[in-house]
Amino acid sequence: MPNSKSAYSFSNKKEKFDTHIIVVWVDNEAGVLARVVGLFSGRGYNIESLAVAQVDEKLKISRITIVTTGTPQVVNQIKLQLRKLVPVHKVADFKREDKAVIFKEMALFKIVGPNIKLEGALKACKKYNPVLLDKTKKSNVIQITALRREIDKMSKDLKKFGLVSVSRTGAVAMTRGADIFK
Amino acid sequence: MSKLYSGAEIVFKCMEDQNVDHIFGYPGGAVLPIYDELQNFKSIKHVLVRHEQGAGHAAEGYARSSGKPGVILVTSGPGATNVVTALTDAYMDSIPLVCISGQVPTHLIGTDAFQECDTTGITRPCTKHNWLVKDINDLAETIHKAFEVATTGRPGPVLVDIPKDIQFQKTKYKKPKKENKLNGKSHNHFNQNTIDQLIDLMSKSSKPIFYTGGGVINSGPKASELLRELVYATGFPITSTLQGLGSFPGDDNQFLGMLGMHGTYEANNAMHDCDLMINIGARFDDRITGKIDEFSPNSKKVHIDIDPSSINKNVKVDLAIVGDVKTVLSSTLKSLKQKKSKFLKSNKQKTSKWWEKIQKWRSVRSLDYIGSEETIKPQYAIERLYELTKDKDSYITTEVGQHQMWAAQHYKFNKPNRWMTSGGLGTMGYGLPAAVGVQVAHPKKLVIDIAGEASVLMTIQEMSTAVQYNLPIKIFILNNQYMGMVRQWQELLHDKNYSESYTAALPDFVKLAEAYNCVGIRAKTPEELDDKIIEMLNTDRPVIFDCMVDKVENCFPMIPSGKPHNQMILGPKDQENQKITGKGKSLV
Repeated sequence: MPNSKSAYSFSNKKEKFDTHIIVVWVDNEAGVLARVVGLFSGRGYNIESLAVAQVDEKLKISRITIVTTGTPQVVNQIKLQLRKLVPVHKVADFKREDKAVIFKEMALFKIVGPNIKLEGALKACKKYNPVLLDKTKKSNVIQITALRREIDKMSKDLKKFGLVSVSRTGAVAMTRGADIFK
Repeated sequence: MSKLYSGAEIVFKCMEDQNVDHIFGYPGGAVLPIYDELQNFKSIKHVLVRHEQGAGHAAEGYARSSGKPGVILVTSGPGATNVVTALTDAYMDSIPLVCISGQVPTHLIGTDAFQECDTTGITRPCTKHNWLVKDINDLAETIHKAFEVATTGRPGPVLVDIPKDIQFQKTKYKKPKKENKLNGKSHNHFNQNTIDQLIDLMSKSSKPIFYTGGGVINSGPKASELLRELVYATGFPITSTLQGLGSFPGDDNQFLGMLGMHGTYEANNAMHDCDLMINIGARFDDRITGKIDEFSPNSKKVHIDIDPSSINKNVKVDLAIVGDVKTVLSSTLKSLKQKKSKFLKSNKQKTSKWWEKIQKWRSVRSLDYIGSEETIKPQYAIERLYELTKDKDSYITTEVGQHQMWAAQHYKFNKPNRWMTSGGLGTMGYGLPAAVGVQVAHPKKLVIDIAGEASVLMTIQEMSTAVQYNLPIKIFILNNQYMGMVRQWQELLHDKNYSESYTAALPDFVKLAEAYNCVGIRAKTPEELDDKIIEMLNTDRPVIFDCMVDKVENCFPMIPSGKPHNQMILGPKDQENQKITGKGKSLV
């Protein structure tokens, strides 16, 4: 049996998957996140990371940032399907390599070990705006902000300094310069 | 101070303002306050169904035949879950429905209360939008919004879930707001430039075809008129999807018949060989395209659709026109008249070779079948039904399966909104309750459900509804004792292993009709068929017509799974040569 991604038709074309950051402005109402996430799972789209919070208290608007991968056709469908949802106001789509857009993720690292290792860890994080949020004799909690792959790398590199716990957000995005996305 | 109304009253006040005249429903604990108010709103008639799925399909039949939204009222828990099939069906076929469901009181939500379920959670993927109303002050606005969402843009089902305590609480009533802008989402996104491009493509084409779908019907009767005007003005051939039947006259010479898996030879070959395909309100469904990689390889493709997400979803197109079919067609006609007033004349020469080719395909007569004098061939039954009812402006619903395809192939529709069938979801049991809804909307018209004996048993209980409301629907069952389409696929794809597709203990449909206090008629031979059909038509009561047909007839022509349009199986003889093997098997 050929692989049956769809029970109906096969496409032999292998298209390249691109990483896109989709930003969705929605009414902050009950169930809205379920609608957006359900659309992704229901139609078989990927979610690599997700960040969501209300950004306008008065208008009750939440901003959802989703990192996804897909063929150009799929990414186009994602945007068009999202725009059809009633609580969705606007949808922006950025490519990961887009220079005009800033992408950031935040991570918290808990390091446990002797002082020398704690210091080593902090030093290793130097490039990524480390903030020491908590310090005891045996442990540190370090916050960094960086790109996804940088945090991936740090999560690996810090192991030798006694990394015991990682907590990280999904990516958030914002355009550079004075313009905002309309 | 203005008067205070209970939530239950507000439900009906809203319906009055939305010009609702019929609702289809079934009472239960969580909607009793609403049912309590029903008697105070005389302009709204309630049709009591026998199962909530029936309410949903009846509302669909009502909506498709009348162009108005269908309204459903069901209780919480099982009431809501039973209606899910109908909501999904309406979502797939873009039918406007407003479903009001009761919910357990607000303070009990989340406690697994009696007849509680997460209705908005369950129906989220099968509605355009849904709401759980937790504040009485939001109720009127929400219901008005529900009607707006259901009926604008690409139509579809919506659901409003109302907890029982909200139905009792009181507040002021808010009238619907007159809004021009629909949530900031206008539906026409094309300009003159795109129309000009379309006309340019049309004038350059020598092998054009119109491929039209349910969007034409959904855009209203005016869209069908404009479509006819455009097709006649261009002289182009036209084919239609299952859902689009009736938007162009089925007996017109320019009409090539339905396309797709069981479409005609000429329609599918023309789709494959054309150099310009103009898709109007259809969605390149997989039953239409066949093998997508080899779908119409040499054509420029134009797609007119109100839903931007339909564009480039399955098939990449060269020109997209996002807008309401009616508006797009009217702009196109206007420009055509201005710029190419002699289009037809100049074009005739150009497309004459194309038409010759089409005539050649036509001469294959792909809908032909081998007749019989002993047994009723199902195709023959539909042909006779058509001949005996074609002057009556009849409304046809169907169930799902072989009979549905035979009806689509052999019954010719000349008007929109006369053909109600479950296409996207393919819901067996759709036709009978849909016929109930159609008859409610058109009490004086002839309404026939062309059915299969297996499908109709899924919602047969709605005969009781038809009898209660004196709805003289005709259930015309092509009875071959098999789930015919399943049997056909098993014959063609699974080495004739007829696993579970034979119904061994069918009821006696004539006696069943009598049990429901309606009329049962049985036809066994081709000879008696006409008389029996006439008897059915002369009966002003609901009828179950048991038409005993050939048990092993297959529905042809057919695009075998995994094959493109130009490789159809034509009939019993041709089929020997084209066995479906290997990969194709898993595709259907």
